[in-house]
This record gives sequence, C-alpha cells and structure tokens, in this order.
Amino acid sequence: MVSWLRHKLAGFFGSLREFPDYAQSPERYKALRRNIVIKMLVVTILPLVLMGLINHYLYRQTMQDEIVRPLKILVNKTKHSFELFLAERLSAVSFIASSHTCAELADSKNLSRIFNVMKKEFSGVVDLGFLDPNGVQVSYDGPYKLQGKDYTEQDWYKEARVRGSYISDVFLGYRRLPHLVMAVERSVTGVCLGCVLRATIDTNRFMELIAAMRLDPTSDAFLLNKNGVFQTPSQFYGQVLETFPMPLPPRSYEPNVLEMKDNHGREVMVTYAYFEYLPFILMVVKPRSQLMRAWYTLKTEAFFIFVGGVLIIFLVIFKLADTLVQRLEESDLKREAAYREMQESSKLASIGRLAAGVAHEINNPLAIINEKAGLIKDLTELTPDCPQRQKLLPLTGAILQSVDRCRTITQRLLGFARRMDVSVEMLSLNEVIEEVLGFLEKEALHRNIDLQLNLVKDMPRIASDRGQLQQVFLNILNNAFDAVDDGGQVAITSFEVDINNVGVTIQDNGQGMTQETMTHLFEPFFTTKKGHGTGLGLSITYGIVKKLGGDIRVKSQLGMGTTFTVFLPKKALALSGE
Amino acid sequence: MQKMRVLLVDDETEFVSALAERLNLRGFEAQTAGSGEEALTKVDASQPDVVLLDVVMPGMSGLEVLKRIKKAHPQVKVILLTGRGSWEGIQGVRDGAYDCLMKPIQIEELMQVMTDAVEGKEKNDPLKENESCVN
Repeated sequence: MVSWLRHKLAGFFGSLREFPDYAQSPERYKALRRNIVIKMLVVTILPLVLMGLINHYLYRQTMQDEIVRPLKILVNKTKHSFELFLAERLSAVSFIASSHTCAELADSKNLSRIFNVMKKEFSGVVDLGFLDPNGVQVSYDGPYKLQGKDYTEQDWYKEARVRGSYISDVFLGYRRLPHLVMAVERSVTGVCLGCVLRATIDTNRFMELIAAMRLDPTSDAFLLNKNGVFQTPSQFYGQVLETFPMPLPPRSYEPNVLEMKDNHGREVMVTYAYFEYLPFILMVVKPRSQLMRAWYTLKTEAFFIFVGGVLIIFLVIFKLADTLVQRLEESDLKREAAYREMQESSKLASIGRLAAGVAHEINNPLAIINEKAGLIKDLTELTPDCPQRQKLLPLTGAILQSVDRCRTITQRLLGFARRMDVSVEMLSLNEVIEEVLGFLEKEALHRNIDLQLNLVKDMPRIASDRGQLQQVFLNILNNAFDAVDDGGQVAITSFEVDINNVGVTIQDNGQGMTQETMTHLFEPFFTTKKGHGTGLGLSITYGIVKKLGGDIRVKSQLGMGTTFTVFLPKKALALSGE
Repeated sequence: MQKMRVLLVDDETEFVSALAERLNLRGFEAQTAGSGEEALTKVDASQPDVVLLDVVMPGMSGLEVLKRIKKAHPQVKVILLTGRGSWEGIQGVRDGAYDCLMKPIQIEELMQVMTDAVEGKEKNDPLKENESCVN
C-alpha cells in the first residue's frame, strides 16, 4: 500500500517535474504552464485554506463560548431562584406543621390566623389546608371551598405520605385551575401520625421569575416537568399542561446547551437544566441566527475576503505563468533563430573559404595552361607555313576560351569568398533598379516579358553600395527572367518598410520552387539551371545583402511563381576591412 | 623605339617561361626569375622598366620583394600578380605597386597595363576601381 502510494506520488511529481521529450513543441510550453500554475496554486492556496479553516474553527469556538456562557449563568441563576422560592415555602409549611399540634391545625380559626401570617411573609401562597390521617381536608383557608374534600386518591397526597414532604408539579385538581401543591406529613408524635399540612402555590410567581430573565422577544423560556409537560406557558411551543413538542434533552443538573431544529424548523440553541430535588426542567430557547448574527456577519465577510483573495491569486498566477512561459517561448524562438542563422552563416563562410582555396589552387595551373596555349597560338600565327596551322588555331582558341570560362568561375568563387569592400554613398534605390533594368530591357522585349515597375515616388535616399546593389538586383532579376516563360510577368515594387528600412519586392509568375529548392537556395554551388549556372549568384546576393545589413526573404509556390523581398537599412553597415 | 624591359617573377617557372616568350614575340625584352631573391639580384643588375611580381611565393613573399625594389629603385614599376583576389593585392598597391592583376591574365590586358605604367598614367583609387584584382 505504502509503496503503491509512493509510486503514484512519484509518478505525479515526476510528471510535474519532467517535460515531454519533444522539446520546442507547443506541448512543452503547455506542460510548463500547467506545472507552474499547479505548483503555485498549491503553495499559495493550501496554506490559505488551512489557515482559514483553523481560524474559522477557533473563532467559532470562542464566539460560541462567549454566547453560551452568559446563557448558562442565566439559566443557573433562574433555576436557583426557583429552588430557593420553593424551598423557602416548603420550610415554612414544614415549620408550621411541626410547631403546631394536630388540634391547633385542625381548628379552622387557628389555621386562618396562621395562613394570614404566612401570606404576609411569603408571597405566592394561595391557600393552606390540613388533612387528617384519612386524607380528608379538615380545615382550610383560601379563596376556594375545599373543606371536607378527600385527597386520598391524589398523587401528591400519596407521595407526601410516603416521603414525608412533597412538592408536586402543576396540575388542575378540584379547583380546575393550574396550581402546585407542597405537602408535609406531620411526624412529630405517634398521635397525629398520617396528618398532612398542605399549601398551594400560585404559578404566576413562576412567570415572574421567568420574566426576570429579561429575554428578547425572539427567545422563549419556560418550565417543564420531567414528562415534558409545560408548567409555565411558552411563547412558541404550547400552553400550561400541554406537552413539549420536541424530545426532552438528556438529563443534566448543570446548565447544558444543545443545538437543534425546533418544530417550526428554526435552528435554535436550547439551554436547559434539570432540577435535582424538584420535578422540573428549566429551558431557554434562542434562535441560533440571532445568537450568532455577529458570527455570521463575520463569517460572510471572511468568506468574501477569502474568495476574493483566491480569485486574485488565481488571476495573478495565471497571468504570471502566461507571461513567464511566453517570455521563455520568445527567448527560445530567438535563440533558435540566432542559432540557425549562425549555423547558416558559418556554413556559408566555410564553404566560401573552401571555394577561395580551390579557386586559388586552380588559378595557378590555369595560368600555365593559358600561357602555354597562348604561346602555341602565337607561334602558329607567326609561322605561316605551319603544316597544322588550320587545325591548331581553332584548337588553341578553344583552350583559351575554356580557360576564360574557368577564370570566370574562379573569379566568381573568389568574389563570393572575398572580403567585400563596401563603398557607401547616398543613392536612390529606384535609380539603381532602373539602371539594372537597363541591362534586361532587350531580353524583356525579345521574350515579350511584362515588366511591371511599381516604384514608390518619394522613396528616401539610402546610404549603401551602388555596385553591390546592382549585382543583387541583377542576380535576382536574372533568376526571375529564367523562371518565367516567354510572355510571363515580372513585377518590381519598392516601398518604405519603416523609419530605418526600405524594401524591394521582385515577383514573378514563373515555375516556382519546391520546398527542397527553397532550403538550399542560398547555398553556394546549388543550382537548378543544369549546364549553365555556377550556383553562386544567389549565395553572393545573400552575402552582399547581409554585409549591407539587410535581409532577403523568399516566398514561392510551385507553378505559381516566386517573390523575393530584399530589405535594406537606410544606413548600410559600413564594414570596413571586413 | 626602345624595347620595354620586363622582369617576370614567379615560382611557377612553366608560367613565367611561356609568358616571357609570348612577350618577347610581342616586342618586349622579358627576363624571368624563379624566386624573390633572384628577382632582387636581377633588378639590381639590370633595372628593368617593369617587374611583374607574383604575390604568393615560397621564401621571400611578393610583398617583401615589392618593398625592397621600391626602396632601392623607386622608378621601377611593379605590377602584382595573384591567384586569389585578396586584400594582399590591394595592400601591395598601397605599398607602391602600380596595379594588381589576377591569374590567369589576358596578354592584351597585361600589355596595356605595362604600357600605362611605363607612360606614368595615374591609377585611380585601388579600393574602388581595382576590379581586376579583387573580383
């Protein structure tokens, strides 16, 4: 498993690290861009996300603690108030039960007097009654007519008899009104065994205690008994003695907080506490949204900042990767172009040097042939009775002609290889072209070639070498004339390229060239004119244009024609001595 | 009219001997030398009108011979011969040679240049006009 994972990871990072083998292809740059973007996104967004999550968690925790703590305190305080309230009254009842005899308590007048004192001292006591051991209320004082009522079947009576004292939850009883009973069995002496003193507590006092919590209108607080029956009315969940519509929270005597959805679908936070010695649960329900409003606002703001940050990071990274890769691509292209040019020029230069060496070596024997043949010719001419005179003269003539042809070739070779002396003068390119056309007019007329001359009128004068330029245009035009059939078309256009350069286009509608021919076009000795052609014309042309600081471009389509464009700087590079 | 005296200097003896014979046929008085040293001796001895001097030779080079001739006998006209259209020819012309010709030469052209040299015709700036040598 581990080795599988390691293998997978190595594969993934390997693919990030290594580029496809086919260098220079667009795939390489795509992969590079992808890698940069992925890596930068990982190293920037991952820590941001982690930090955001940790912050979110911690802040939420703190916020919740801040909100929850006061609620718990409030619930605890109120619970104690309830307990205190009931405990006080229970002790009062207990005290009365033990400090009076059964006879005193069974006497209605006596009981009324005690009740009046008690009402003054303890608020919320509604009535007071004394029950004999048979469960019959023998004396009573209060607003209801309950004297003589039998309570043996009431739960609170049974509980009081069993436990000695008891506080009931809220119920209706004989009076048909919600109330709460606290009962104490007298157990001082054997005489009065089974007598019970009971008091009724007004539940309105409970509502006062709850109101004292001063909750906001969206919140709710109420008392439930342990069966989930409302002891005090609730604002949202039911009236007294109705059942709480949600499951009861787990038992906890310490205030506890639960998050849940109420029966209205609201997200609420329930803070509650069970009473330890009383059958009640105090519950405070607050909507979460209201409690956490500050938190939600903060969370929303933080979220927008996060999203904005991520968006900006994305944009910056994409833009950066784009620029970076584009620069790289450009510099690669430039480097490649420079390399190719260097290769090309060094190839031309070495061929040129070779050619010059060959030309030199040939010129010496050629000179000997020339002189020997010349001497033979001289001697033959000077000897009128030479027997083979008629044969020898044309023979030596032919030798001398061949030497001349060789001489032309070697001189061209040297012309290609030699260090050109650039003689710069201010000249009009249009004039140079017209001069060159002077040489070709006859041929054009003879072969019915349509010469189109589109020379821009206000062409700026340029500083360049007239003789060299003549040779350049003569070579290109010669090729154009060779390429077209009789009646063909050759167009010459001059134009200003930009502030530093001018250009001349020579376009023919001749046979065009194959890709193969285009590749070797400027190489010395490369020729398509079988039999006549040294293969030096265009290489010399190329050399001259480069020397003058210009450039030549060729476009050609087989069967459609060829276009040569010569670019020349307005100020030729003066390469003295080179 | 007195014959023009020419000294042909080249290590290619076959070339100089044939050329000398042809010039003699045309009314020149041509001698030959196969090396720079021999050429200097012959110039000192006979002081020819024109020296036709090959630039590339074993031993003393044509340009060295040119300098020595021009130093000792400034009136002697020197025409350089070269197998390659090189800067050396132009350098030679700057050093006092009358002209520089490229092998193989045409005899009519050679005679014309020698006549011009002896008659003292001005040569133009070799850098611009010396087509025969650098092309």
